Amino acid sequence: MAVVSFQNVSVGYDGKTVSEGLSFSVPDGAYLSIVGENGAGKSTTMKTLLGLLKPTGGKIVFGDGLKPNEIGYLPQQTQVQRDFPATVSEVVLSGCLNQLGFKPFYTKDQKETAKKWMDRLEICDLAKRSYKQLSGGQQQRVLLARALCATKKLIVLDEPVSGLDPVVTEKLYELICQINREDKITVVMVSHDLAAALRYSTHILQLSDKMLFYGTTDEYKESDVGRCFIGKAGEGDA
Amino acid sequence: MLEKLQMYLEYDFVRYALTVGVLSALCAALLGVSLVLKRYSMIGDGLSRVAFAATTVAMVLSVAPLYLSLPVTVLVAVLLLRNGNKKTAGDSAVALISVSSLALGYLILNLFASKSSNLSGDVCSILFGSTSILTLKKSDVRLCTVLAVAVILIFVFFYNRIFAVTFDGDFSTATGTKTSAYNMLLAVITAVVIVLAMNLVGALLISALIIFPALSSMRLFKSFKGVIISSAVISVVCALSGILIAIFADTPVGSTIVAADLAVFIICNIIGLMKKGKVS
Repeated sequence: MAVVSFQNVSVGYDGKTVSEGLSFSVPDGAYLSIVGENGAGKSTTMKTLLGLLKPTGGKIVFGDGLKPNEIGYLPQQTQVQRDFPATVSEVVLSGCLNQLGFKPFYTKDQKETAKKWMDRLEICDLAKRSYKQLSGGQQQRVLLARALCATKKLIVLDEPVSGLDPVVTEKLYELICQINREDKITVVMVSHDLAAALRYSTHILQLSDKMLFYGTTDEYKESDVGRCFIGKAGEGDA
Repeated sequence: MLEKLQMYLEYDFVRYALTVGVLSALCAALLGVSLVLKRYSMIGDGLSRVAFAATTVAMVLSVAPLYLSLPVTVLVAVLLLRNGNKKTAGDSAVALISVSSLALGYLILNLFASKSSNLSGDVCSILFGSTSILTLKKSDVRLCTVLAVAVILIFVFFYNRIFAVTFDGDFSTATGTKTSAYNMLLAVITAVVIVLAMNLVGALLISALIIFPALSSMRLFKSFKGVIISSAVISVVCALSGILIAIFADTPVGSTIVAADLAVFIICNIIGLMKKGKVS
């Protein structure tokens, strides 16, 4: 069962198409990494999936009763204001906003959902702390908890580890992987980190101005596109 | 002192001034936190100049200022913030509207006001709110109260949404919150608050009511809720003490309130610095 399917979708903004001919289905429980060079339309594709941008062509179909507003989203950190006065629990709870309906305040259930994810991501002891005073890794975990509050099925992550040190990066990848396997939440991640993408994800989507590859990670490693890109990335690291 | 206060409170105009003063200061403070965090404080400043221009037109046409300045200011606010967070409602656009309104307002008064009227007195009163708060009519007070209560209720009802939209607009949009609609709502109530507060401190000093309580509270509190509540308290205390000091000491009301806000801001800054010193 597919969580979301792209049917010959073109993505872009301000009337310009960045990438076209995107056709793929993300299976339930997958861990999909979107890779590609800078300007290949990775973030644009992600924003289109989230409904922040309209597709310039084609259709996006959500499966399995998933509503477009039930996608959890972890934005790139730079987009969140750094001097904002807010506690960790205020930020996490704001993820439940899409379940509020017409009610003005959060219910007990929603507060418990927030508590559950804070427990899961080991940030309960930070609940009363000021968000802006946390370290980069802690802030990412707070935003991840908020994203998880907003969904039961699918989270979309935009380069979640950029700017984090290697140890914290590894820990965050582990957490995301656990949430994917144990809580059965489908993960779609835009990533620059090809090595980690190959290690953790079940599926790979490689973009340039069109879709270069979509398939499982094993298929990707065997494909010409994959081998070429992995080779290039390897050279860059060396 | 207390006897004197009691005597003053028996006058209608003092009670009216206190009611309208406290309510508009409260509204300005509630909204101010969001405006400051969204980097919209200059928009508030620009809108107050628009309200000034509209008021001058109302005076020339001799209609009650509120009935003209309210719709005009709301309209300009909506136009300015129509594009939401995009930078198009940028600095220069706001500055442009701000100075043009100020110039046109003064021009209109000079050209069309009856020669017998006290021109500089009128301008001074609109810009600095010198006496207008003490000359409110009962109907003004009623309208102000209704508007202020509406703003407060809307704010409380949408509190969680305003937090989410202010903290991270993209996330709220992606999870199905109509972010642009809430930005529009913020724009409209900002305009209402500005027109309300014009009675109190005048067009030039409104920004102080919006910015000072929010900035003072951000020095002291780290949660959004804490900052909102503290802004409300600071703003009401400053407005009350400002009006009373102005009546006792015969100083201009608006400037006295803003001076009180400034004093609190300085105190909060010192406390904030001391706290930081202790932590590090």
